Amino acid sequence: MVEFFTETSIGAVLLILGQSLLLIVPLLVALAFLLLVDRKVWAAVQQRRGPNVVGPFGLMQSFADFLKYIVKEVVVPAGADRPVFFLAPMISFVMAVIAWAVIPFADGWVLADLNVALLYVFAVSSLEVYGVIMGGWASNSKYPFLGSLRSAAQMISYEVSLGLIIIGIVISTGSMNFGAIVAAQDGDFGLLNWYWIPHFPMLFLFLISAMAETNRPPFDLPEAESELVAGYQVEYSSTPFLLFMIGEYVAIVLMCALVSLMFFGGWLSPIPGLPDGILWMALKMIFVFFIFAMVKAITPRYRYDQLMRLGWKVFLPMSLVWVVIVAFLAKFEVLGGFWARWTLGV
Amino acid sequence: MTAAAIIFYLFAISTVVGGLFTVIARNPVHSVLWLILAFLSSAGLFVLVGAEFVALLLVIVYVGAVAVLFLFVVMMLDVDFAELKAEMARYMPLALLIGVVLLMQLALAFGVWDYSEGYDERLAAPFVFDIENTQLLGLLIYDRYILLFQLAGLVLLVAMIGAIVLTMRHRKDVKRQDILAQMYRDPAKALELKDVKPGQGL
Repeated sequence: MVEFFTETSIGAVLLILGQSLLLIVPLLVALAFLLLVDRKVWAAVQQRRGPNVVGPFGLMQSFADFLKYIVKEVVVPAGADRPVFFLAPMISFVMAVIAWAVIPFADGWVLADLNVALLYVFAVSSLEVYGVIMGGWASNSKYPFLGSLRSAAQMISYEVSLGLIIIGIVISTGSMNFGAIVAAQDGDFGLLNWYWIPHFPMLFLFLISAMAETNRPPFDLPEAESELVAGYQVEYSSTPFLLFMIGEYVAIVLMCALVSLMFFGGWLSPIPGLPDGILWMALKMIFVFFIFAMVKAITPRYRYDQLMRLGWKVFLPMSLVWVVIVAFLAKFEVLGGFWARWTLGV
Repeated sequence: MTAAAIIFYLFAISTVVGGLFTVIARNPVHSVLWLILAFLSSAGLFVLVGAEFVALLLVIVYVGAVAVLFLFVVMMLDVDFAELKAEMARYMPLALLIGVVLLMQLALAFGVWDYSEGYDERLAAPFVFDIENTQLLGLLIYDRYILLFQLAGLVLLVAMIGAIVLTMRHRKDVKRQDILAQMYRDPAKALELKDVKPGQGL
């Protein structure tokens, strides 16, 4: 039985398919509840109750929404470019999901243990912009087009600073593999060994850039409902819209996973002595998601020129300077390899 | 046929098909989308030969940035197809000439090409080193060819400054927001409280 999966190529394909399902199904179910958490936090800040009708405490709300979306009618605008119109939401969803292939949840719990995993995530997240651009263009309508142009500019701008921050982490670790990045944060002092201390300012830059990259409020200009109705999604209904929405949320949760892996030690336990494991990873991701939800609730939307200014004139120089500083701190092993974990032999 | 060979042919076919449709697609936006398919398939080919770092850089740089800018420009163009067709007829002889010259060059190159002993094994396993190719590229670029790398960077910097100088025009008649000035404004200087008596102005 074991030989069938390890020896034959059909068995290997089936094994990969099974593993992928084992990753995607829990991810999407968890996403349904995270969506609810998002809405509940938002409601609590505004002193509302939020969704509370479907199931106890509204726990089944996301599933009810899901059913509603898939039984509605798919409306295609008359002047739309049909193939591209339907390709766009699929790209948005697929690109968001395939990035999870390299995200480990515990030591060795990863679908594809690439040695360029961080670069892979970065490449895939840079492709997500296509769903938005193609959707906006193929709708053949004014608001979606404006929304998609905005989003293309926004996503490209913030990718630059995200990439530079990632380079700092890579310099400190000496590898782009997530397992190695987490292992480099392991030490005798629990949470004091994690990268959030040596890379402290970059933690905030990364969080803010991640919000801008995933079109999350306060940077949700591509779909600013007060000026663009809903941006690139205006002409979408039913399942295509659902794919866009799930894609967006999967990308947000992916950013939560990246923050917890790169700055908060992934599955490592914060207190020395307690066992490491997937529970810590999940708790950290939920914590970061909670921060994202709070930011959404308490901040007003940025103006577009302010967004561009922040990306190019503030974040880009700051992260560029940080790369140079980290390179020096790592090269000369300041504080006994605090920034150069590969010298510590872990 | 092994799995790697099947995947190779899939990527090869989609690269060629993508390239072909980039040229013959009627809608310029579709052309760019086919071009992106060609880029992605060639990234797949790079992965197959074991150059995962180059493959991902191809995706990040060409698909993630260059092609987005292409798409950006092409989407905003108002293309007149009749005019394009007329232009094409005019430039056809020149285009054919360039094509023939390139074809001749390729034919010459491959006609006199001589493979050394055991080249097919080296093709199958291009990297005989024991380290990751990210690290290998880093050692090559930043240690061995550091001077060339810095010079290339300098050329790019000059090109960038040139582009900025050529396109920048400073308009003096436009009001601009000065963020620093706004941040350093303090209420003591900007506000003055006056006690206005009823029935009297200031």
